[in-house]
Amino acid sequence: MIDWNPIILTFQLALVTTVLLFLGSLPLAYWLATTRTRLKPLVEAVVSLPLVLPPTVLGFYLLVALSPQNGVGAFLQHYLGLKLLFSFEGLVVASMIYSLPFMVQPIQAGFSNLPPSLTEAAYTLGKSRWTTMVRVLLPNIRPSLLTGIVLAFAHTIGEFGVVLMIGGNIPNQTKVASIAIYDEVEALNYGAANAYSLFLLVVSFLILVTVYSINGKYLRNKSG
Amino acid sequence: MLEIKLHKTLQAAQGPLHLNVDVNIEAGQIVTLYGASGAGKTSILRMLAGLLVPEQGRVVLNGAVWYDAAQKYWRKPQQRSIGYVFQDYALFPNMTVRQNLEFALPARKKTALRWVKNSRKNHRTKMPKDQTQLIDELIEIVALQALQHRKPTTLSGGQKQRVALARALVTQPDVLLLDEPLSALDQGMRLKLQDYLLELHQRFQNTIILVSHEVSEIFKVSDQVLVLADGQITQQGTPSQIFTHRQVSGKFQLVGKVLTIIQEEVVYIVSVLIGNQVIRVVANEDDVLDLQPGDQVMVASKAFNPLIQKI
Repeated sequence: MIDWNPIILTFQLALVTTVLLFLGSLPLAYWLATTRTRLKPLVEAVVSLPLVLPPTVLGFYLLVALSPQNGVGAFLQHYLGLKLLFSFEGLVVASMIYSLPFMVQPIQAGFSNLPPSLTEAAYTLGKSRWTTMVRVLLPNIRPSLLTGIVLAFAHTIGEFGVVLMIGGNIPNQTKVASIAIYDEVEALNYGAANAYSLFLLVVSFLILVTVYSINGKYLRNKSG
Repeated sequence: MLEIKLHKTLQAAQGPLHLNVDVNIEAGQIVTLYGASGAGKTSILRMLAGLLVPEQGRVVLNGAVWYDAAQKYWRKPQQRSIGYVFQDYALFPNMTVRQNLEFALPARKKTALRWVKNSRKNHRTKMPKDQTQLIDELIEIVALQALQHRKPTTLSGGQKQRVALARALVTQPDVLLLDEPLSALDQGMRLKLQDYLLELHQRFQNTIILVSHEVSEIFKVSDQVLVLADGQITQQGTPSQIFTHRQVSGKFQLVGKVLTIIQEEVVYIVSVLIGNQVIRVVANEDDVLDLQPGDQVMVASKAFNPLIQKI
């Protein structure tokens, strides 16, 4: 029988990361979709970096930055008592950065595709920015929100390089499923590696099937 | 009285356009902005609504300042008493026709958010009676009772337009701004919507400013026309003052007001006051069906040439 803890830990990490990332990405995506600042390409490039960088590069710089010997790491540890290296919290921070484009890009595209007149109509009807956001904009980009959430979730489940660099391989702390697979293979434990792999494969597949069928249904309703 | 003084340099396709407008509009009038595309008509509406910030000027409605460049005062769209009908209607796709109208109701306490989420039956009982009545009345005027629980994407252009018009009036605004509201519709639907517009105007008595290219439409609905060219108002007057002198093409066309409609045997004699002359026109029953004394009408003929002689 395999040890279920890596799998539970993987889903905990993906869940926490996705929730925090969703809340943080909403304002960022809205800002990117509506801003006219010249800084926009710069910000977009930074957001998209994790798409093209090897995860190990990201992990390496996070490792350096969060090290207690350096500024950020020392500050966090000293003043907030946060130890981000080789801890679950650190994995959450790294995963949020790593999955940022997967959350921000669909939501930004959703906002950009809405006609500006929807926002303006709500304003002329006396509605605040908040009311407009909650009752007009967000309900009308539901497929984009769902896509962002699921992609970020699935991507976090699948991460390996970043976790290995800054999380290491501590059972119940940072040993997620992808690390466990690597571990089992190194120990020539192919049966356990296969169990973990199969589980991840099936879950990822089911998630994607769910998203595409929900979004497909939504689009059909919209046009029908 | 709506006092409008606006100045802004717009970046148009043909180069910079200096929009410079200074006009007063009587309360309760229907005013049409007329002019070639790119003359700045939509920009004027957007500046009045607070969706576009002018560079200079002043907008005052019945003593309430909406914008004053000298004082650096700027009211947000939310704080202006306006209704705006967008060219693309801007109906909220996630709400039914009725919910689109209900969304426009002023927010009340904390229950406001809740009744939208609850089922239809539930929030009906929670809404104050007068608000429900207002929504019902608006839906009835634009004849959308049968469609009120449909989503906007399932409606035709004319139906969407009616929803947009009704929604813009839920807040009972002092000023209603319409950006080419009828341009995308076929002739029959246009005529109907003009009637809806006039009926709503009769009921709510707001000042209406609309953008239109259609001369017959302008004759039918508007009291005043502002002709806009290259960002300036070049002409201002009643539709007949602006347009009648242009309509000389072998036919004649007069605009006037119906004084009386008298039945004579099988026909009707309609007396129309044109300028300070009264003209009697023979009409059949169908023609006078929707005519009433006081209506604006156009008297036109293509079949014969008017005679002219010195007196």
